[in-house]
Parts: sequence; structure tokens; C-alpha cells
Amino acid sequence: MLFTDIVFYVLSAILLFSGIRVITTRNPVHAALFLVLAFFTAAGIWLLLEAEFLAIALILVYVGAVMVLFLFVVMMLDINLDKLREGFWEYLPMAGLIGVLMVVEMTMVLAEKNLHPSEAVELPANYSNTAALGKVLYTDYLLPFELAAVVLLVAMIAAIVLTLRERKDNKSMNPADQVKVKRSDRLRIVSMPAEVEEAPAAAAEEKK
Amino acid sequence: MQFFAELFGSYWADVQLVVWTLIKIVAIVLPLMIGVAYLTLAERKVIGFMQVRIGPNRVGYFGLLQPLADGLKLLFKEIILPTASNKALFFIGPVLAIAPAFAAWAVIPFDATLVLANVDAGLLYILAMTSVAVYGVIIAGWASNSKYAFLGALRSAAQIVSYEIAMGFTLVGVLMCANSLNLGTIVMGQEGGFWHWYFLPLFPLFVVYFISAVAETNRAPFDVAEGESEIVAGFHVEYSGMAFAVFFLAEYANMMLVSMLAALMFLGGWLSPVPFLPDSILWLLAKVAFLLFLFLWFRATFPRYRYDQIMRLGWKVFIPITLVWIVVVGAMMQTQWAYLFH
Repeated sequence: MLFTDIVFYVLSAILLFSGIRVITTRNPVHAALFLVLAFFTAAGIWLLLEAEFLAIALILVYVGAVMVLFLFVVMMLDINLDKLREGFWEYLPMAGLIGVLMVVEMTMVLAEKNLHPSEAVELPANYSNTAALGKVLYTDYLLPFELAAVVLLVAMIAAIVLTLRERKDNKSMNPADQVKVKRSDRLRIVSMPAEVEEAPAAAAEEKK
Repeated sequence: MQFFAELFGSYWADVQLVVWTLIKIVAIVLPLMIGVAYLTLAERKVIGFMQVRIGPNRVGYFGLLQPLADGLKLLFKEIILPTASNKALFFIGPVLAIAPAFAAWAVIPFDATLVLANVDAGLLYILAMTSVAVYGVIIAGWASNSKYAFLGALRSAAQIVSYEIAMGFTLVGVLMCANSLNLGTIVMGQEGGFWHWYFLPLFPLFVVYFISAVAETNRAPFDVAEGESEIVAGFHVEYSGMAFAVFFLAEYANMMLVSMLAALMFLGGWLSPVPFLPDSILWLLAKVAFLLFLFLWFRATFPRYRYDQIMRLGWKVFIPITLVWIVVVGAMMQTQWAYLFH
């Protein structure tokens, strides 16, 4: 058990450190990268708890997709540190109030369980967290699961509709039209009489 | 041995495990590095022959020592640090590019028994590792503090995130057929000759997977992240010497990884194509070599995609194809033809 304990404490230390750096570092890009590190170490702790599906899903979804898009946006910001820190004291009371509220809420949710932690169950070596999760999700929690999926779908479509606007200077092409193009659409063959005879005569006249 | 056993006392078993695992890791990474080195030579030779040239032939017989010469040259070159760059992130970039490319090999089975970590969620692990690889490109592009590098990083980020979705869906099809996320089990599900391999019932997914793999590794014709005629060399334009070589290694290691995955999931891995020949790791290597040849062939054949065409292909063509085929597979499994999909 000793080795896993060491791993747990190392991971927790990194997680806490990176979590604190997310809010204390001055550069937003560094903050986003520390958040990535925090997700990564959190996934490591979940792996220690034998929740391999959740751990890998955390990396896959949050590190691999969400944070990439986050970085994408943050990197394009004009990083002006003085401007970012403007109004820090002005917003402090409001932010502090919200922070305290969140801490109170979290303790109310977690305190009861932390005081009386449930007994840890030794799982057999061939226990598959992925299969267990799948079975529970598609039997006991089928309705809430499907509802959550529908809510996410609605949110996604709403986000797309909100940002969808027709641009007048849009130059995008329709690939189907491009493929269907025939030679006759682009090329016009004109019949012209040959003009070989007159060319030397004209040149000779000019010389005179 | 006796001395070490006494030295570590009760931890001797743990120490043995760690050392043995480290030896196994070296046994995977070393051939991989050599493979990468000779893949670069193979690329120059193959493309050379396709363009009716000879390719490198000065260093060693048939240019066989060319990768060594290139490696030495890059090793002795100065690594130039741009003045206004972000120093720490500038050096973390290449490390983050190559680390996932190697880490993913931990769960790859080379044989029925030859695997470093036989984990249940192997497929998910590989998907997670390949999705982490994009950070190397993004961080390198941003830390260089150069417009070309940054454009390359943005292009690469958008492209990899888009194609990852299609790739993930193709893997869903495979695990529906195999009923497992373990790569060894997936291969064993294809036993009994090439007509049992998953590329036949999952043909649309196989095609989508391989094209997405080309896009995911930033190879031609999807190499807009480097696009030397548009943005010089993209995300690694500011890198020189070994720092550049590490990006290069990561790209080729990723190519080998996705080819290996395609061979394992769709082409029966180490299984022989006909029942009367024995299964062997040589089959796996031959399949991987063929898929890698396709990578080189693509590069010599196709012109680079325009950026909007890449996005259209990923979102409007591949994702619908995979979604439809997953439904087809799911529906067929409920009929009397279900045996075709297992």
C-alpha cells in the first residue's frame, strides 16, 4: 500500500499547486496550461481509485478537446497585464462574497461524507469500471442519462443558432456545384477566320 | 543479485518489477526510434522513385547510413532561442509532442503475449494519448512568438480536434464488433482468415479512420499546419537542431502508431490472412509497413487541401458517415446477419 500512498500524495501536491497557480499566475496562457496540468493529475488520482474510464474520459474530453479550444481563444487575446489587473480591488468584495458562498456550499455537500467516510471496498482484479458504468447508465439511470443528452443537444444547437449569421461578403463555394461543372460552363469556343495573309503586308506598310 | 536482494530487503520484488518494466520500455522505444530513422529514409527513397529520381545514395550502400548522418548533423547544430519567446514553454513544446507519441505504445500488443501493459481500456488510453499530442504543437506555436508559427499552431489545433471526433466514432464501431476495449481481445475477435477481419464489415469506418489518421498526424495532403509554401514551416519554424528533430521524430512515431492501430483494429494485427499459415508478429510488421507506404504514396500524389476543404471533409462528410455506419452496425447486430459483424 505504501507505493500507492506515495503516488497519491505526489499527485495531490501537484494538483493543489497547479490549482493555486491557475488563479495566481499573471499570464492567462500559463493559467490555462496549469489547469490542463490540474486535470491531468486529477485523472491520475482517479486511476488510483480504479476508475479508469472516468480518468481517461477526463483527459479525452477536458484535456484533449475543451482545453485545446480554451487555449485557442486565450492565445489570441492581447495580453496586457496592467489592463487585466485593472479594477481588481473594485471587484474584490463581490468576488469574495461569491467565493465564500461556494466554499459554504461545498462544505455542506461534502462535510457529512467526509466525517463518516464509507468503508473502501476491495475490488477483484478483473473488475472493469467501464463495463460497470455502462451497465448502470443504460439500466438504472437510463432516463436521467437520456435527458441530460437531450439538454446538451439543445444547448449545442442553441449555441450554433446564436452565432449563425449570414455574411454578405461570404465567398464560400458549394463543392457540389464545383464538381458538377461541365466544360461548356467555363469554356467558349469561337470560330475565327485565319488572318495569316494580312499580317506581313501591314508590317511592310508601316516601314514605308 | 544476492547483494542487491539484501540491499533492498522487502522491496526487492518491487524493484525487480520496476527494472524489468524499464527494460521492456527500452525494448519498445529503441526499435521504434530505429524504425522512425529508417522511415525517413524510406520516405525519401519512395518519393524519389515515384518522381523518377534516385533519392539519397551517397552515405553507405543505397544511402542506408543517411539517417545516422542526418541525426548527427542535427545533434551538433545550435538550438536558437528566439529573443522574445517564452523560454520554458519553448522547450516544453517538443517534449509534449514526443512524449504522448511514445507513451501510447505502452498498450500496443505485438503478439498474443507480447504486450507491455495489457489494460482493459487500452483503446481509450490510446485515444487520450493521441489527443494530448496536440499540446506540443499549440505550445510550440505560441511560445515561439512568431506569426507563422502561431498560424500553424491554430490550424493544427482546429484540424486535430475536428478529426479526432470522426476517429473516435470509427473506434466505437470497432469496439461494438469486438465487445471489448482491450486491443488484444479486439485482434483475437478477428481470428480465422482475412474475411473475418473488421475492415470488411466496417469498410466505411476503415476508410474514414485511415484518412483521419493522415489528418491527425499532420501529413500531406492535410499538412496545412506546416504548409511550407504558405506559412514557411508552420509551428516549428523557429526551432533548429535537435529541438526540430524531436518534432520530426514525433511526427513519424505518430505515423507508425496510427498505422499500427489500423493494422490491429481493422487488419487482424498479428493474425495471418489465411488459416494454413501461422500467426506471427511478422504479419503485423508487414501490415504496418504497407500502411506506412500508403502515407508516403499520399504525400507524393495529392496536392495540399485548402483549409475550408479540410474542415468540410471532417465535419460534413466523415462524421455523418461514421454516425450512419454505427447505426447500421447496431441495427444489423439485432438481425440474423449479426455473425457478419463479430
